[in-house]
Amino acid sequence: MAKDILRKPKGFNDVYFNKPGADKENTHYCPGCGHGVVHKLIAEALEDFGVADRAIMISPVGCSVFVYYYFATGNVQAAHGRAPAVATGLKRANPDSIVISYQGDGDLGAIGGNNILQAANRGENITVIFVNNAIYGMTGGQMAPTTLVGQRTMTTPYGRSVENEGYPIKICELLASLESPAYLERTAITDVKNIMKTRLAIRKAIKVQIDNKGFSLVEILSACPSGWRMTPRKAKEWITTNMMPYFKPGVYKDVLNERKPYAPAKLNLSLDEIDEKLGLKEEAPSFPGDMSGLKENHRNPRIKVAGFGGQGVLMLGNVLAEAGMLQGYEVSWLPSYGPEMRGGTANCQVHIDEDKIGSPVVSDSTVLIAMNKPSLDKFVPDVVPGGVVLYNTSMIDQAPRRKDLEIIPVPASEIADATGDLKVANMVMIGAYLETTKVVSKEAVFAALDIAIKHKGFIPMNQKAIEQGIEHVRKIKG
Amino acid sequence: MPRMEVYTDHCKGCELCVEICPAGVIEMSEEINKLGYHPARYKGEGCTGCGFCFYACPEPDAITVYKKED
Repeated sequence: MAKDILRKPKGFNDVYFNKPGADKENTHYCPGCGHGVVHKLIAEALEDFGVADRAIMISPVGCSVFVYYYFATGNVQAAHGRAPAVATGLKRANPDSIVISYQGDGDLGAIGGNNILQAANRGENITVIFVNNAIYGMTGGQMAPTTLVGQRTMTTPYGRSVENEGYPIKICELLASLESPAYLERTAITDVKNIMKTRLAIRKAIKVQIDNKGFSLVEILSACPSGWRMTPRKAKEWITTNMMPYFKPGVYKDVLNERKPYAPAKLNLSLDEIDEKLGLKEEAPSFPGDMSGLKENHRNPRIKVAGFGGQGVLMLGNVLAEAGMLQGYEVSWLPSYGPEMRGGTANCQVHIDEDKIGSPVVSDSTVLIAMNKPSLDKFVPDVVPGGVVLYNTSMIDQAPRRKDLEIIPVPASEIADATGDLKVANMVMIGAYLETTKVVSKEAVFAALDIAIKHKGFIPMNQKAIEQGIEHVRKIKG
Repeated sequence: MPRMEVYTDHCKGCELCVEICPAGVIEMSEEINKLGYHPARYKGEGCTGCGFCFYACPEPDAITVYKKED
């Protein structure tokens, strides 16, 4: 310790600007929480090694999900247990980055058990900080795979029993049986000696990655005073008396002297070439479109299509998005439906935009296409003033009451029936929509049908239904 | 003289610094801070600058240790 002043390390943000609410200076952790100490040790190491600006933390699911509030590093928040997989991708794509997967025992030991096993076995050049507090702390203290025999938790009120739940899993011992990992150590946040050992272990594990020597993991026995229902001081004692005899601290693997640094994997292809091989190369649109001449309320539509499952609601949105793409617009299509295939409700959300789309979600729509009454009632309030509502009068007997909308009644089911099949009511609606707004052209929609419809024999009837929809709008618009 | 400093409104009163201090120069104060805890405070003399309290403290910014007088 050569420093003259010990203060908040530079690996932390000065102010936690990502943290919502007024308090941007304090952590969200409970008094005496082990996470704070582990955070501090990591932040100090990042500062001392000068790698904070190329470090990426992976936050897990658990109390430490908010790692991104605190560290002055990049961050990706992974799905429960998937941090090692996310870390793998980040490290391989950015070999110069320092990727630290920060995980708890529920995340790493239970749902993410195979993720950590496989990442360790591949010898990924990442650092895993594994905080073991023997319970699921965030959700109120349920039993985790690491819960000690006899330990009372929310879900083992009489104590964990070997007969029912088996023995606690020893991650370090488990991973030490693999050839690939370079460095595995278990430490504890208790007294000075153990905190300093933890400090050195974290630094060493990060150094392993900086030196390109492969997979490193530090398991840290850490207190959860709130989850354990103890004072912070009692909780530290509990680690010493209960956890450390079973989870024995020590170095479980250290083959750093035998390991030669390996050269980080190089991408053999340029990003352009990858795009090309994946078919992502931008091609000139088949039917170049231009929305500049359209009415303001029709441009860049945010469309919600809703109806019963089986009415072709998702197909309707899909064809519109596909057509938009053929016209060179940015598009997104987001389906949402219940577990029922038919008879349930379904809706989908479509963006067709001249600019890049931030989120595929449509919360305030500019266009609503309602195929049945529940959908109309449910989604009309979300349409912006001046928005377009097309509704299926064959199934909806009452027009929307709002006066600030452009409302187009379409007897879609009746027209479809007359065309030859009730099922093409969705296509009638497409025809009505494109004639009303001209956002997509008939030619683009027909080309989109070729892509969207598998049985080519049905295409003529669908095309006819679209023509009928166009015809209907022409008639009512005079 | 070395000294330690507690940023009162960052302290959550866990007492881990009090417990770990080998010189016994940290105590809990009676005042209630912004977070609603009794924060720790330096007794005023006797700090050896060992830094143990800094590493035991879970709050990043609650404790600063000056090993030499500045």
